[in-house]
Amino acid sequence: MAETAIELKNVTKRFGDVVANDHINLTLKHGEILALLGENGSGKTTLMNMLAGIYFPDEGEIFVDGHEVTIRSPKESHALGLGMIHQHFKLIDVLTAAQNIVLGMDGPVKMDMKALTKDIRRVCERDGFELDLDKKIYEMSVSEKQTTEIVKALYRGADILILDEPTAVLTPQETEKLFSALRKMKDNGKSIIIITHKLNEVMEISDQVTVLRKGKNAGTINTIDADERTLAEMMVGDHVDLNIERSAVQAPEDKVEVRGITVRNNEGLKTLDNVSFTAHTGEILGIAGTSGSGQRELLEAIAGLQEVESGEIFYKAPDGSIEDLTKKTPAQIQDLKISLSFVPEDRLGMGLVGNMDLTGNMMLRSYKEGKGIFTDRKKPRELAEKIVDKLEVVTPSVETPVRNLSGGNVQKVLVGREIASSPQVLMVAYPVRGLDINSSYSIYNLLGEEKKKGVAVICVGEDLDVLIQLCDRILVLSEGTVTGIVDARKTTKDELGILMAKGRKDHSHRKKQEPEEAV
Amino acid sequence: MKKTKKVFHLVKRSDMSRGKALVFRLIAVLLSLIVCAIVIVSITHQNPVSVYSGILAGAVGTKRRIWVTIREVAVLLLIAVGLTPAFRMKFWNLGAEGQILIGGAASAAVMIYFAPSLPPVLTMIILLAASMIAGMLWGFLPAFFKAKFNTNETLFTLMMNYVAMQIVTFCVVLWEHPAGSNSVGVINQSTRAGWFPRIGGLEYLMNVIIVVLITILTFVYMKYTKHGYELSVVGESHNTARYAGIDVKKVIIRTMMISSAICGLSGAVIVSGASHTISTSTAGGRGFTAVVVAWLAQFNPFAMIATSALLVFMQQGSIQIASQYGLNENASDIITGIILFFLVGCEFFIRYRIEGTEVEIEEKAGGAKA
Repeated sequence: MAETAIELKNVTKRFGDVVANDHINLTLKHGEILALLGENGSGKTTLMNMLAGIYFPDEGEIFVDGHEVTIRSPKESHALGLGMIHQHFKLIDVLTAAQNIVLGMDGPVKMDMKALTKDIRRVCERDGFELDLDKKIYEMSVSEKQTTEIVKALYRGADILILDEPTAVLTPQETEKLFSALRKMKDNGKSIIIITHKLNEVMEISDQVTVLRKGKNAGTINTIDADERTLAEMMVGDHVDLNIERSAVQAPEDKVEVRGITVRNNEGLKTLDNVSFTAHTGEILGIAGTSGSGQRELLEAIAGLQEVESGEIFYKAPDGSIEDLTKKTPAQIQDLKISLSFVPEDRLGMGLVGNMDLTGNMMLRSYKEGKGIFTDRKKPRELAEKIVDKLEVVTPSVETPVRNLSGGNVQKVLVGREIASSPQVLMVAYPVRGLDINSSYSIYNLLGEEKKKGVAVICVGEDLDVLIQLCDRILVLSEGTVTGIVDARKTTKDELGILMAKGRKDHSHRKKQEPEEAV
Repeated sequence: MKKTKKVFHLVKRSDMSRGKALVFRLIAVLLSLIVCAIVIVSITHQNPVSVYSGILAGAVGTKRRIWVTIREVAVLLLIAVGLTPAFRMKFWNLGAEGQILIGGAASAAVMIYFAPSLPPVLTMIILLAASMIAGMLWGFLPAFFKAKFNTNETLFTLMMNYVAMQIVTFCVVLWEHPAGSNSVGVINQSTRAGWFPRIGGLEYLMNVIIVVLITILTFVYMKYTKHGYELSVVGESHNTARYAGIDVKKVIIRTMMISSAICGLSGAVIVSGASHTISTSTAGGRGFTAVVVAWLAQFNPFAMIATSALLVFMQQGSIQIASQYGLNENASDIITGIILFFLVGCEFFIRYRIEGTEVEIEEKAGGAKA
């Protein structure tokens, strides 16, 4: 057996003129955990997708166990003992864990599900995974789904596991559980690559770190020799300032009051259940929760984009009058001269129009202004130029369609437009997702400035460390219910993690369905 | 044992410059003309030069033919322009055929019932308005159901075509002239009542004026008005539109009514401005050809002039060579098909290029078995 599990030599992948991976070398030794660290868009997932058989490299060689290989499809990747757990799970909701695990494998027409389930259970026991194999995917929590994906890869004979941002959807406690499972697999001789952009995770789990920066290998070091600051600087290639300035709250007043709102989705399931809170002026209210806990619905309900089944939303105008926003459409809210700014999670699907240029996107908020049937493009154009200038948006011109901009620049355009209307209430969802470290911190500072101006800021975030540093109070959502509102200056990550998991319906107590004999 | 093998991959191009894309399209047109020539020559065994001079003569050989070609380009362009607002909103209006027919039937009705007794100017106003209202009604129904119940507009508009066709069949029976001919015949042949007037002695000038006017108006509407802005946002994403406070349902219904009104108007241009009769083949598939015209031009009205001119030119030309060499009318369809094949195909090469990579494959016993 060769010493290296995987070796990449000069691997290059281009998309049009964009070089996603530029002559990258990478080595994974047997029985080690390698962290692949890099900012969003630095080419981590692209590189790993070439190992998974999803992309094909334009140049370079791939060696598995010392042999040069050509991986042209996911099937060939499996055959080489590679298993990738993608960020978005590839599971079929209505099938059980066991059915998902054997799905697509070769075998006789009629499968002996009992025997297969026994085989799978043996794999689980060997590597120390707890998984109810007869449970359907739609009954599972995110963490259980992830376990299913990992067991699927192991059952198919993977010796080398690649996990793409596995902790993004987990609470701190679940992350801890995953990490101990990974350590155990390592002890059993598996080799693991974990893609991440979180520095603390790298320090905690990995033996080696390879850092990617703008599609290039920015260096590989032993984790023992690294600290968070050096890793951050390797990622950015420049000095970084990791401090968030948090000013004291000045004269808070009630601005938005949410009283017991309940929202249902298309399937009639409650996405928000009796949610109440008050957002104050001059304060940043953070909203934490694992993804899909109702954050999106909450912000959309306030913005008038979600139908509210019961409960009320009140807005206190600067002159002291109180408006009921509950049954209002976005247009009616605009007409009330309530300047409510909203940076939604889905930037190109809700906040911006991808095929329109920067000027056209500025018009989204202002096109109705002015009399007559014609639009005014002059003022939006000036605003676009101002934002490009002030937030250092990298774009050929304000006439470039926003879909051609990078994720970070798209976000700057959106945040810039929403702040430009000098709002009373500013709601942002995942404001730094996809941004590089330096831009992230400039966005945090922008939010801080709005707070100083007396704006009521509501910020949905995923990085608990950042929420604790940035916000004044943090509201925790779990499956659509508020499990706590805590003082950000006093809370800890652990406390938030417990609140995030609290109130979760325990899916395993549901009545089990009869396992099916054949697939 | 090591072997090398060439594998091919599609690689997406970054945006190609307009000039280069134009060159690609011109090459595609040129290639399609060569293939057309090969096909025609292999059927007729004639010198390709004489075939193409036949096409040229058929399309622009005489003053009369030039005007017929212009008239046909104008109608096709008008329908394509009519489809544009709906298509920009990603509302797939495949009902132009029916909207043309019903607009044509409305103008024929005005010609038959009002034209003989009313002054010509008033007749013309009623006629144009009637055709637009009829088309608008045909577009309103699918748009209303789309907005209210999110029905599939593609199927709905397609089915509306058949309803329109049945109504026209009924009208043909109703207006049959002379009795027993099973056709309407030329309406008001002696009085020319309700016909588009000759302007400056030119028979089809009014058709051209109407089309130019509507094209410019639509262009301005799409590009510079609040309505135009709203409909392009709705076309991109309903969620973004709602976020911006746009009433999506209202925009869908309003835009589709404008789109179908223009298609209805082209029914009047065909009936009152060209054929002066009505039959189930009045639309003649132009409602579908216009879809291709609009798409190929990427909804740019000025590029639509070029695409519709090319298609009509070849169609008129091939009618000529069909009669010259004793081929039937399908020859024209074959030629249109070949041109479209190349034009649509070249869009693929504008977006992607094919790249070959040399890879070494190691032959292992039972190696890469899945």
